[in-house]
Amino acid sequence: MNRIQRTMIRCKVEKEKALACFLTAGYPTPEELLPLVCAIEKGGADIIELGMPFSDPMADGPVIQLSSQIALQQGVTLEWILSQVRLIRQRSEIPIVLMGYLNPIIAYGAEKFFNDSSLAGVDGIILPELPLEEQGRYADLISANRLANILLVTPTTSTKRIVLIDKGSSGFLYCVSTAGVTGSPKSKIDTNYIKKVKTTAKKNPVLVGFGIKSAEDAKRAVLNADGVIVGSALIELIGKGKSLAAIEVFVRRIKNGMQKR
Amino acid sequence: MYNYPDKRGYFGEYGGQFVPETLMSALNELEKLYNDAKRDPVYQKEFKELLGSYAGRPTPLSYAERLTEYYGHGKIYLKREDLCHTGAHKINNTIGQILLAKRSGKKRIIAETGAGQHGVATATVAAKMGLQCTVYMGEEDIHRQELNVFRMKMLGAEIVPVTSGSRTLKDATSEAIRDWVSNVESSFYIIGSVVGPHPYPMIVRDFQSVIGTEARSQIKKLEGREPSVLLACVGGGSNAIGLFYPFLDTSIKMYGVEAAGLGLNTSKHAATLTKGKPGVLHGSLSYLLQDKQGQVKVAHSISAGLDYPGVGPEHSSLKDSGRVVYASVTDKQALDAAQLLSTQEGIIPALESAHALAYLERLMPKTTRKDIVVVNLSGRGDKDMPTYMAVKTIKGKR
Repeated sequence: MNRIQRTMIRCKVEKEKALACFLTAGYPTPEELLPLVCAIEKGGADIIELGMPFSDPMADGPVIQLSSQIALQQGVTLEWILSQVRLIRQRSEIPIVLMGYLNPIIAYGAEKFFNDSSLAGVDGIILPELPLEEQGRYADLISANRLANILLVTPTTSTKRIVLIDKGSSGFLYCVSTAGVTGSPKSKIDTNYIKKVKTTAKKNPVLVGFGIKSAEDAKRAVLNADGVIVGSALIELIGKGKSLAAIEVFVRRIKNGMQKR
Repeated sequence: MYNYPDKRGYFGEYGGQFVPETLMSALNELEKLYNDAKRDPVYQKEFKELLGSYAGRPTPLSYAERLTEYYGHGKIYLKREDLCHTGAHKINNTIGQILLAKRSGKKRIIAETGAGQHGVATATVAAKMGLQCTVYMGEEDIHRQELNVFRMKMLGAEIVPVTSGSRTLKDATSEAIRDWVSNVESSFYIIGSVVGPHPYPMIVRDFQSVIGTEARSQIKKLEGREPSVLLACVGGGSNAIGLFYPFLDTSIKMYGVEAAGLGLNTSKHAATLTKGKPGVLHGSLSYLLQDKQGQVKVAHSISAGLDYPGVGPEHSSLKDSGRVVYASVTDKQALDAAQLLSTQEGIIPALESAHALAYLERLMPKTTRKDIVVVNLSGRGDKDMPTYMAVKTIKGKR
């Protein structure tokens, strides 16, 4: 059993809603990655998602686009990201998920990348460019390296497809809250849709992401889900130069706000 | 028999559907819509009628007598896509797709554009059908192609400047896809080349194949036989595949000409098939200009229409199989060819098409008088006048 499964089981047993926090690896500077991971863990995050920056991130909104561009300008590579994962693993057992686009992985060598990720201490992979139709050999490589292959469902996914995606997914099911890119501003969380996903997906815990900006959004999202993923809102705070202490407070407010009192 | 793409949208190893889950239902819907339309005589009739009465087809196949004499070997014919309404072959595809949009019931059209030719062709058909149209265009290209920006606005389209990344076609395409992901229920995305996720490369190819189908029957009438060589420029590759596709089952030689920009040994070129490696961008697996880390490189060409780091997946497959030979010419060679065609034939070509013409320098000495070469003159040069005017080797008083 890997760290994600253990964490999700613990959350279930303790009736706790899970919080995954997304960071663009290398933003605002490469030096700040480890202190940020520390602060987020202290704030109560259950899972860390590291975004692997790509030059053309077509599934991302302006906030993550810009953070990716800045990270790339500072020379961030997949090798460097894996080296940081190894450093995190020296002192923490928090589950780590890598999220990114396919091309840098192809350039690195897909087989080698998933193997190196597993050895470095990565627990799961999210590739938003890989719908069911293209899972093929990548899904095999991911599971062969004992990594969770976290798949996404969206408001345009049919019920029949949700079943198939849930089957193919492991670790958790990533429920995209709105049809849109990350950090979509117009998002009003559709609780009926989340309920549909939660009742359809029998295999995996359901975490809701895209457009979760506040403790209120998170609370609404977990009415019918097992947790949330916060990305753009966090990157925006970091971009504004907020202190590590302020980041920790933000994370804690979301984590605590989701729990039943 | 040549029968690509397969059911999964692959041309051999290339193509596919590397897109966010949000778009999968729209892509499946589009494929069904297209397959139904293909079999529907009402749709086919409407498509043919508009190609004729609106776009001005069939376009002539002109014998280039003085250009043929200039090289003194095989006969050169020009497929005159420059005479299409809006000035390039792009309209063939936008007519086909706007009719699909109409059938889908969606009222809003999204498009990306580089040089502005596809943007203009989309804004044109959207106006004709009374549909709302939003065109994404890199800020850099907006400055380079002022005339086309104005044309699109006059046609009633909304132009959204794209300020992310390199501010050119690749970023405009990403932004158009983001819009589509966000408005997939209400909007129809009209892609401009044989790129993107399946079924787009197939749909755009099929619509553009009218070029090759016409050329084939025209040359038979004029010469009583098949051509020996086909020649076209390749950016995304829609005009090239349009000419080549109906001939793929023959043994006729085909050349695709990419933009070598300032030279293949510099970082400033757009020769994706010559210098790139397979990778994934904008929804399909194909050759791609990229660095060692798999980050996409910024392409360069004097021609905004060829300035793209990717290429259609079918071209990648045709390169690997050797069925089509891909070469490249520099900015300077293209400019010289544009000047030559202007004075030899009285036709000012688009800079994109000038790349195909420039390859005649290398190709023609190897031909004999019995050979027939068909060049796709994909567009006219009106839009490139500011570029031509700024170049010293081009004639004209300044």
